[in-house]
Amino acid sequence: MTAATLDHGPSRDNGLDLKAGGRWTAVHARTLEPLIDAASHAGKQGQGEVRRVVFDASQVEQLDTYGAWLIERTLRIWKSRGAETELVGLQASYRNLFEKVRSGQQKLTPLKHKQTGLVATFESVGRTMVAVTTDLATIFQIAGQLVVAFLSVCAHPRRFRITSMVNHLERVCWHAVPIILLITFLIGAIIAQQGIFHFRTFGADIYVVDMVGVLVLRELGVLIVCIMIAGRSGSAYTAELGSMKMREEVDALRTMGFDPVEVLVLPRILALMIAVPILTFLGSMAALYGGGLVAWLYGGIDPKIFMSRLHESINGQTFAVGMIKAPFMALIIGLVACMEGMQVKGSAESLGAKTTDSVVKSIFLVIVIDGLFAVFFASVGI
Amino acid sequence: MPIRSEDAVIKVRDLVVDFAGRKVLNGVNLDLKRGEILGFVGASGAGKSVLTRTIIGLLPMQQGSIEVLGVELSKASQSERQAVDRRWGVLFQQGALFSSLTSGKNVEFPIREYLRLSPKLTTEIAISKLEMVGLKPDVYRNYPSELSGGMIKRVALARALALDPEILFLDEPTSGLDPISAAEFDHLLLTLQETLGISVFMVTHDLDSLHRTCDRIAVLSEGKIVEAGNMDVMLASQHPWLKEYFHGERAHTDFQVAIKGRRVTEKRA
Repeated sequence: MTAATLDHGPSRDNGLDLKAGGRWTAVHARTLEPLIDAASHAGKQGQGEVRRVVFDASQVEQLDTYGAWLIERTLRIWKSRGAETELVGLQASYRNLFEKVRSGQQKLTPLKHKQTGLVATFESVGRTMVAVTTDLATIFQIAGQLVVAFLSVCAHPRRFRITSMVNHLERVCWHAVPIILLITFLIGAIIAQQGIFHFRTFGADIYVVDMVGVLVLRELGVLIVCIMIAGRSGSAYTAELGSMKMREEVDALRTMGFDPVEVLVLPRILALMIAVPILTFLGSMAALYGGGLVAWLYGGIDPKIFMSRLHESINGQTFAVGMIKAPFMALIIGLVACMEGMQVKGSAESLGAKTTDSVVKSIFLVIVIDGLFAVFFASVGI
Repeated sequence: MPIRSEDAVIKVRDLVVDFAGRKVLNGVNLDLKRGEILGFVGASGAGKSVLTRTIIGLLPMQQGSIEVLGVELSKASQSERQAVDRRWGVLFQQGALFSSLTSGKNVEFPIREYLRLSPKLTTEIAISKLEMVGLKPDVYRNYPSELSGGMIKRVALARALALDPEILFLDEPTSGLDPISAAEFDHLLLTLQETLGISVFMVTHDLDSLHRTCDRIAVLSEGKIVEAGNMDVMLASQHPWLKEYFHGERAHTDFQVAIKGRRVTEKRA
């Protein structure tokens, strides 16, 4: 006999005999479970209450913790119904194992009752609001710490981690150049193509140059670059700081008397504030180049005409409006990324969640800030 | 009680593993017999972890053969391989618990994947395993980040034991534990050997643990097993590293002779 079995039958004086046989092991646990349920039900349906249960394990060939627990489980079911239980015939060699499993309490403290329905909705809305406010407070707190760190570094310039900053600069600026150039080039080309396609119906193809010039220099150049950087470098910052936080590296720094904001956050954010304006400039140029190329090849606008038209439609101010936004957006991307990184808790899941949050929040804030700048520039008449 | 026969559950023959041209293991021969606890020692960097990781299939080998439970691993098919995976449990040095699952779900993970029991029984078995390694049932709901180092090791052991394995690999199970927890761990290991009859392959530096639990000790040095046998063989060995190891400053031999006596009585009890 190899499979596991459990036979049951009534005995004298409202008793129940259970007879186990075969291999009571992990692989057979699946077949045993319904057998045990059936035996428990059978006893219930019989005439009168079962007073005494005898579990005969003499035919059990093999037993492991699964089998031992299944025996103990059966006995506990009957005990909880008020029956007397007895285990007979268990091989002496399995007694230790059975006692070990039997000594388990299996009692979990009950969980707190969860709210449902309307109350739960209000609760979750409330919690979200609280989370938003704490987020804002944390951003301001990190910004404040950053200013303090910046000032103290200004006072003691030798404490500034120039190597670290240059290293980050290489990663967020130099390594980002190819992808930024490619994306902005394509965006410029697409805008020009769409502009020419639609303006041609009015015979106004030449105004495409104005559109591309103003749109790219004032808005799109910096926005595209910031969204790319938030996804590319902001997420990397969060993941780096988060995993350092997870492995207590941040705490180690603190105990050695270093300020994590000064050592980790400041060089990263400064690198970002240098990188984003440079990338914005490069990106804008690539977009103009892409626009010009499409205008020439697709719209038949000669490059010379494109250039002279561009000279008329834009000026230094148009360019400055775009560029001035870049460092502010870099600051907000860096702050959000570092804040989220510092909030990572112990699990891999939380690292993933915070990295997602970092990208989503920084892109959102970049667009909000762009809107605020638009309002500001409109009101001062630029 | 599982029979203490002399057949080997793991047979390693002429194993060669190299990293970038450097032979870390150079002709290792090692047996793990059924039902024994084998202590595995060697200087840091001697390749203990490399051997362990090669046996459990995390590192490729260049030459030689590894036979686990009668299956030659390098020639085994995917399904044979998986069948062997089910029959061993591995306790990593840092626990390697899944950080996004609770302790209980960590223990349940292999049970759910392999055995397909009802959720209720799965939970009961998981709690039973946690209790077996000396934890309170409530640990079931804690995430690994909320546990202490010793508790993480225990949960990891419970996970390694989840499927009632025949072989247990332990990588420095007592490192980072206080002496009391380490002694409890040793005791637990002996109980498991006694009750489940499992064979244990234990990499350790803990001399007390070697004395208390191991039936046999194997020593790895310069890519080979230089000595294997019980404690008396170790103490009598003339190998310079072994002499340093077992008679050195931290060995406090006479104190351990006393412990050895205790171990024998513990095992009989």
